Amino acid sequence: MNLNFKKIFPQLLTLLFVVLVFGFFSYNAQVNMDNRGITFGYGFLSQESSFDVQFSLIEYDGSHSYFRAYLVGLLNTILVSVIGIILATIIGVVVGIARLSKNYLIVKTAAVYVEFFRNIPLLLQIFFWYFAALRALPLPEKAEPMLGVFFLTIKGFFVPALIWNNLHIFVYSVIAAIISIIFVRIYARRKQETEGKQTPVLMISIGLLLILPLLSFLIGGASFVVEVPVIKQMSQSSFTYDGGIGLPPELIALVLALSLYTATFIAECVRAGVQGVGKGQKEAAASIGLTPNQVLKLVIMPQALRIIIPPTTNQYLNLTKNSSLAAAIAYPDLVLVFAGTALMQTGRAIEIVSITMLTYLSLSISISILMNWYNKKIAIKEK
Amino acid sequence: MFKYLKQLTSLVAMVAVLFTFTTETMAAKKSKTLKNTQKKGFVRCGVSQGLPGFSNADAAGNWTGVDVDVCRAVAAAVLGDANKVKFTPLSAKERFTALTSNEIDILSRNTTWTLSRDADIGLTFVGVNFYDGQGFMVRKNSGYASVNDFKNGISACTNLGTTTELNMRDFFNSKGISYEPVTFEKADEVVAAYDAGRCDTYTTDKSGLAAQRIKLSSPDDHIVLPETISKEPLGPVVRQGDSVWEDIVRWSLNVMIEAEEYGVNSANADSMKTSDNPAVKRLVGAEGELGAALGLDNDWSLRIIKQVGNYGESYKRNIADTGILPDRGPNELWTKGGILYVPPAR
Repeated sequence: MNLNFKKIFPQLLTLLFVVLVFGFFSYNAQVNMDNRGITFGYGFLSQESSFDVQFSLIEYDGSHSYFRAYLVGLLNTILVSVIGIILATIIGVVVGIARLSKNYLIVKTAAVYVEFFRNIPLLLQIFFWYFAALRALPLPEKAEPMLGVFFLTIKGFFVPALIWNNLHIFVYSVIAAIISIIFVRIYARRKQETEGKQTPVLMISIGLLLILPLLSFLIGGASFVVEVPVIKQMSQSSFTYDGGIGLPPELIALVLALSLYTATFIAECVRAGVQGVGKGQKEAAASIGLTPNQVLKLVIMPQALRIIIPPTTNQYLNLTKNSSLAAAIAYPDLVLVFAGTALMQTGRAIEIVSITMLTYLSLSISISILMNWYNKKIAIKEK
Repeated sequence: MFKYLKQLTSLVAMVAVLFTFTTETMAAKKSKTLKNTQKKGFVRCGVSQGLPGFSNADAAGNWTGVDVDVCRAVAAAVLGDANKVKFTPLSAKERFTALTSNEIDILSRNTTWTLSRDADIGLTFVGVNFYDGQGFMVRKNSGYASVNDFKNGISACTNLGTTTELNMRDFFNSKGISYEPVTFEKADEVVAAYDAGRCDTYTTDKSGLAAQRIKLSSPDDHIVLPETISKEPLGPVVRQGDSVWEDIVRWSLNVMIEAEEYGVNSANADSMKTSDNPAVKRLVGAEGELGAALGLDNDWSLRIIKQVGNYGESYKRNIADTGILPDRGPNELWTKGGILYVPPAR
């Protein structure tokens, strides 16, 4: 009894203290807001926002609600984070492996890249990519088309749009291809375990991914036309492109800066992971007759990933949180649209900042959960 | 057991102290801001991050501008010295929070007076020190001569979190013009992006356009279109709930404008004490007890005029002589065809 009490009492005290601190801060905020005539409430979320946003993934204009503006900002944040994470991972893995190459030039180039980009503050890099690159890009009327249909200009990167007919059939065919690939893989593994025979899974997968969507065009009735951006004159000397999809230069600069910066850290994680696998493992694998590809795939990578994943998760979280620097270069992310314009127009600082904080918290936790799940999957399974 | 009791007592004591502190802040004395300012010995003034003519710091860190002069006038009135001001540069996004959270006592930062700002978020506007309106700057060679030429669509650079964003939408929607808003947090980035050609037009208050044009790589290649699409009365703001402080700021500004109306300036203020006009004598503190009503001495207004000057002097020094807007336009006295008209200081 006494022992229990001794155990529980300090914890209760701590809990009480935490509750009191929170209570004090919210009480204090309430009193001060009352004193200054500031009201509190989330009702403003359904009000008309009456401001427009430059770039949105969903239909939005100023006649929609503040909540819709929040969604616009959130989706833009997710967009830049997802593209950034994918690019950073690709660059990071390539550079990380390049640093382990036997070629002197490749090793040194990769090393210089890593040291250069990870030691310059991210905000400066964002400004560099935005303003330096922006000034270097041509005006729309002077842009040289790439492959005849892509236009990289100071007003954005204009790419052709695909206007779909029966898009759903195409989507179904891709889903069907993915499901069949999963089945093929399960079958291949069973065959390997029972009969010891290998199945060319990669070739079959690529084949499925090509054939099924192709069928959707040939017999499913899916089709698309390519809409190429065309130059449009707005006045004597100002031009832009019409049709197609226009990616704002802010998005491109932000993705470039974020992925080039984060990739340096991921490259170091990859290098550490591969170097962390004992040399004996490789030699042992080679001695039982595995090919170098099999050594990498079956022996080195499974062990290296265990070292790579946890610090890489941190880098993904950092990239997502760093995307909030977007406000500096006018990319309409959550911070610019919601914690910026919406906050200014409504003056609801506490409400909006708390929503924004909770949103970033949820985003980060989602990434953590996903990566922890993956980490668990590849962790050593003690038998 | 005794050990925990001791911890508990200290915790309770701590919480008690925290709550006494809150109740003390709740029982705010009537002119807390005035008392605090006199105790600190300087006026805490929120200004822009650099808008020539309104609030701009030189290389040595000296602030000048018509917005700056409002804070200097308050310092002269309250502390007797126009230089006793601590300036805090604020972005458009930070400005109101800085004021409501007690970081500054006056916000004098080209801020538009609107109903929702005045009523909803704990602010009080005390007056107008510059009548402005939103305009558009374009490149001369673009061929735009009027906003009606924007009909083919336009991309517009502007500042984040300002009334500009809302006016722009109202205006373009009413005209059926499609537009791409590119909004930056700081004015310097807006200028840089417009200068680089990211946008076809730069829109903000006309005074701002005139001031920022100087920062462009070749200012002469740009023009401000004649149309004004909104009313932007800019003025100083204080926190809601301290009416004495509010009156001090309001009448410091009014005194500067009224001094110009009666021809009292920094050079002749002392000699005006013997004027025949009782309104002038009241203005320089030679008649009446106006200072007492504000909790100040009777020379408060004389100090403002002597140390900062009247509104006309401030305008000439900061806006006209710097070439930003030589023509006073609506910011001329009502007696000379403008709309500057303040209640009488009596």
